[in-house]
Amino acid sequence: MQITFKLYATLQHLLPPEARDNAVVIEVPEDVTLHEVIERFNVKRKDAHLVLINGRYFGAADRDAKGLLVDGDVLAVWPPVAGG
Amino acid sequence: MAWTRQVLRVNLTEGTCIPEPLNMDWANQYLGQRGLATRYLFEEIDPACDALGADNKMIMATGPLTGTMASTGGRYSVITKSPLTGAIACSNSGGFFGAELKNAGWDMIIFEGKSPAPVYLSIENDQARLVSADDLWGKSCWETDEILHARHQDPQMRIAVVGRSAEQGCLYSSVINDMHRAAGRSGVGTVMASKNLKAVTVRGTMGVGNILDPARFMETVAAGKKVLAENAVTGEGLPALGTQVLMNVINEVGAMPTRNMQEVQFEGAHKISGEAMLEPRESDGKPNLTRNGGCFACTIACGRISTIDREHFSVKEKPQYWGNSGGLEYEAAWALGSDTGIDDLDALTYVNFICNEDGMDPISFGATVAAAMELFEVGAINTSHTDGVELKFGNAQALCWAVEQSATGTGFGADLNLGSKRLCEKYGRPELSMTVKGQEFPAYDPRGIQGMGLTYATSNRGACHLRSYTVSSEILGVPEKTDPLESDGKAGLVKAFQDATAAVDSAGLCVFTTFAWTLDDIAPQIDAACDGDWSPERLVEVGERIWQLERDFNLKAGMTGADDTLPDRLLKDAAKSGPAKGKVCELDNMLPEYYQLRGWTADGQLTAETRSKFGLPS
Repeated sequence: MQITFKLYATLQHLLPPEARDNAVVIEVPEDVTLHEVIERFNVKRKDAHLVLINGRYFGAADRDAKGLLVDGDVLAVWPPVAGG
Repeated sequence: MAWTRQVLRVNLTEGTCIPEPLNMDWANQYLGQRGLATRYLFEEIDPACDALGADNKMIMATGPLTGTMASTGGRYSVITKSPLTGAIACSNSGGFFGAELKNAGWDMIIFEGKSPAPVYLSIENDQARLVSADDLWGKSCWETDEILHARHQDPQMRIAVVGRSAEQGCLYSSVINDMHRAAGRSGVGTVMASKNLKAVTVRGTMGVGNILDPARFMETVAAGKKVLAENAVTGEGLPALGTQVLMNVINEVGAMPTRNMQEVQFEGAHKISGEAMLEPRESDGKPNLTRNGGCFACTIACGRISTIDREHFSVKEKPQYWGNSGGLEYEAAWALGSDTGIDDLDALTYVNFICNEDGMDPISFGATVAAAMELFEVGAINTSHTDGVELKFGNAQALCWAVEQSATGTGFGADLNLGSKRLCEKYGRPELSMTVKGQEFPAYDPRGIQGMGLTYATSNRGACHLRSYTVSSEILGVPEKTDPLESDGKAGLVKAFQDATAAVDSAGLCVFTTFAWTLDDIAPQIDAACDGDWSPERLVEVGERIWQLERDFNLKAGMTGADDTLPDRLLKDAAKSGPAKGKVCELDNMLPEYYQLRGWTADGQLTAETRSKFGLPS
């Protein structure tokens, strides 16, 4: 299945050159975990602070679970960030 | 100690500048800056007074750590009654002005009365005098800054100034210091101009040598700086991308107020984000962001210094805007961008420059333009009002036109300068104003971040994110993650953020430290610098006392619990997309519990018990 993977802020340099607007479409197996996708891009687990599927947050306890992602989902990752 | 214990009282009616001792009983109860100045204002004015009358006073106040080596210890605040809201106003600014004032030997300046003619206040250490500003009236903040620096022949002098918008009565004018730092919100600049006070110049060379225990202070300061440096947010994220790192985050979670808060996600968010500010432009190969910048003593340095593409329509014929200046922060980028439906980064940067040049709060300005755009699109106003300009969502040229009109109060700019509430009332569509207590919203839609709905409704200065930034917990996971779509439990969260923030704002420190610091990091620094025992628990108590006093000010100004609400759009119209799709802000579920936690009656009044608990003045 295909998902869109987004990587932002100080992690954006880990995206491949074909990424546009911080996003890249990738092929993943149906039982893939969030950590497996994230680590494919060499993002360290401690740096993956905000992990969102279609804008919803998934905490560390969920990131090794299979079946959270479905075809067409958007997985977006940030390191610790803040502003105001 | 740490306080200079000196207040400068400036009577503008009489033309006098008289020093007086700081009320240390109040300092022990309210710490400094926001809290202590609120105590003075509460004592000295009738909260029901006309905010733009001579009876209102304006206080520029530092905190005990302002001017010290504590990281971010350069803050000052402007405290007065707001002409925009009728509530207490307290606007906090960085830069270097606050530290310079402290180094000149002053904890605060109290301005009272109204000068018969334009003046500026010149301070050189203990010498203070009022000087004619006849030749400065009608000048922008930037022109005035340049003239005064040349006149005094002192590049180290620091200046706080109001621009032409304030002179014209724009109700959301800021006090600008150091060219592009601002005591931004609630029209504090409008009050300053109403007193015929154009600027304050300060040179202080006396240092802050009154630290209680210098050796312990330096130890605690070094420990605090280490925490900031090693934290991923304050040590890496904020210096690299500034507050603008939030643009894509908040859009992704579906809490990005868009087109006057009609929607919660903006399709152009990426083009105006912190990441976009780093991308080289096609025209000259340079990015929008030139470098980051820091305020006095700050070891975070989140500030943005930017340039505009010289070929961009906004500046092509205006070389005076080709250089570096203060760039977009998230709040400005949101209000000027997604709320108006405009994704032109250079246009937003230009409008932000003008807001700094003539002292308008870019949040209120952008949100007011957004309201005007909706008024235009529903036909409540038309091109006869706008000098032929199609004031539609997404029109970047119209936004640039609007800011030039607003800066000088020209044509439709006079309407924009009323702010969103009065503008929408004037044209018969009050429901289109996205405000609380008359102040425009900042950059988080409370349908997607429920705690921010309660934050806005109960903020003592009207809609504001800086009174309790629960975004930190609900979205960013600092200090711990809570569910942004859940309203249960948010009353306690909001209260905790409100109290802690009031204490930080009263210390002379920047609230951004709290992305890494807790009060356990801050209290030892205050305790080493100041007389008395300053524990985290005492800071919470001081913070809550300040909150209660601000509330009491507003109640005495005529506000009631009925003012603790949100526009119907946020309470009745469900979010159209994103994780919050189908949700409204559940304020009714949070407000009663919040009142209870505050020790207020069911209609939002302070009880006798609460007054007694915090020793509030009668």
